[in-house]
Amino acid sequence: MKSKNFQAIYVMWLREMKRFLRAKSRVIGTLAMPFFFLLSLGFGLRPSLNLPGMPQSASYIDFLVPGIIGMTMLFTSTFAGLSVLWDKEFGFLKEILVAPVRRLAIVLGRIAGGITTAIIQGFLILIISLFIGFKILNPFGIILTLIFMFLIGIGFISFGITMASIMEDTQGFSLIMQFIIFPTFLLSGALFPVSNLPGWLKPVIYINPLTYGVDGLRGSLIGFSQFPLLLNLFLLLIFDLVMIALGSWLFSKTEV
Amino acid sequence: MQYNKNIDMLAIEVKNLTKDFNGLKAIDNISFEVKEGEIFGLLGPNGAGKTTTIKILSTLLKPTEGEALVCSFNVLKEKDEVRNCIGIVFQEPALDNQLTAIENLDFHSRLYGLNKEKRQKRIKEVLRLVDLESKANILVKNYSGGMQRRLEIARGLMHYPRVLFLDESTLGLDPQTRRNIWDYILELNKREKITIILTTHYMEEADYLCEKVAIIDFGKIVALDTPQKLKDILGGDIISVEVISPERAFEVFKKISWVKKISKHNDIVNLNVEKGEKKIPLLIKIDQKEEGFEIKSVNLRKPTLEDVFLYFTGRTIREREVSRAEGNRFMMKRRFRR
Repeated sequence: MKSKNFQAIYVMWLREMKRFLRAKSRVIGTLAMPFFFLLSLGFGLRPSLNLPGMPQSASYIDFLVPGIIGMTMLFTSTFAGLSVLWDKEFGFLKEILVAPVRRLAIVLGRIAGGITTAIIQGFLILIISLFIGFKILNPFGIILTLIFMFLIGIGFISFGITMASIMEDTQGFSLIMQFIIFPTFLLSGALFPVSNLPGWLKPVIYINPLTYGVDGLRGSLIGFSQFPLLLNLFLLLIFDLVMIALGSWLFSKTEV
Repeated sequence: MQYNKNIDMLAIEVKNLTKDFNGLKAIDNISFEVKEGEIFGLLGPNGAGKTTTIKILSTLLKPTEGEALVCSFNVLKEKDEVRNCIGIVFQEPALDNQLTAIENLDFHSRLYGLNKEKRQKRIKEVLRLVDLESKANILVKNYSGGMQRRLEIARGLMHYPRVLFLDESTLGLDPQTRRNIWDYILELNKREKITIILTTHYMEEADYLCEKVAIIDFGKIVALDTPQKLKDILGGDIISVEVISPERAFEVFKKISWVKKISKHNDIVNLNVEKGEKKIPLLIKIDQKEEGFEIKSVNLRKPTLEDVFLYFTGRTIREREVSRAEGNRFMMKRRFRR
């Protein structure tokens, strides 16, 4: 790619940073839900809960926090990808599409911006959870955690871009939230071990990329995972590559 | 350079361009040329195909058939080259209103690969051109409609384009602001020697700004010339006579030898004549009772582009827009979709 296209990735990222720093209400809004989940479930279920499939040594909070970080990544990333829709709505997308740069550079720039803000928000949740009793067992796990956050984020930003490229306006937004994002979250093992779910739901859980994201985060943070970490990494990587390819292909066909 | 004298460089060449939206022809086999440095107007009602034309020329839409060259680059095969040499102000606002004016301009110029020095110099220049220097660091969401338009024009100029597209750039603005924007357009055409293609459905706008006007209706160009020549087609003056029983009056006026052209529109009969001020007394002298009509008012004026539009399409531009709205919901839906 020419230097102009790298410049485009950078400027898309820069714009996202400026908007992120200015839209404090948006940040608080997207952090509120994981925060409330963390507080209510964490405190509400802490004393009694040890479900089959949970490690004996860990408390429910330890089990829950990686799940909530996964949830934060899911929501903020999908949101970042779907923000293409708002650019469509407010006309700014035309300004971007008429510029002499590759569409792929635009997509990569948006991913770069989205992943930065998503990881910041994921880390905020991690920091908050330290105050309510979450313990990080292995400091080196932080680096691994970062890698998993990164992989979850990229996949779902690209998923958001894919959806935004198909949709004409923001009307379908709540449909995506209700029918894709929430089920993805609830059936990922973020809140409870998936081994307790009935057999007919198993295929859904295995198809769900967030399952491997949450499992990987749990392995990195509390040293307990259902699948080997390498398998988690590998499957997330495949998910990312497929979504990036699909997202940039559909985005490149966008006409305004 | 002697041999070059008679060859006009073309900024835009459009040949037999057609765009089909699921069987509906938004533009239908249109051809035109725009010379470098010219202000060229596409004049027509909403839904006539102006915006579609602009979108094809700016590489945002693919034509169904035909060919278009912008700065001698093909809009299908040389997209990046075309995008580099054009600036565009869209019909609907296309600013990031969470950013300031400077940040919007900075975003744009980085996207077009301007280096830091050029960026800073040019941002100052274009902000001065549209008188927004003092508002440069305000978030765009706090701008008025007119200020946003001016900023968009400034942004369209950032990367020194050779051709600037203005799609209904004064739509929805008050007359005062519209006037100001006209002056900015003329000024930058003069100062930056930039070719300007604008679309409008305001007749007086096309008349005031454009060196050449293409009148477009139902996706076809029905007339193309300088505003003056278009008006000359209709002859010296127009006498508009408001009458009771216009059918009768029409028959009577038609037979008068000095009436060069005649048309009837509702209860108004328009007569194209030379030296109109001397013809009005002659009209009044006709025995109206005898002929069976009655003159209610008489109006003498020079032909406007409105008359030209009426002459070529048989209706005024406003009526055309109403009938469009009723008869062509599909197109309206497309246009208003964002």
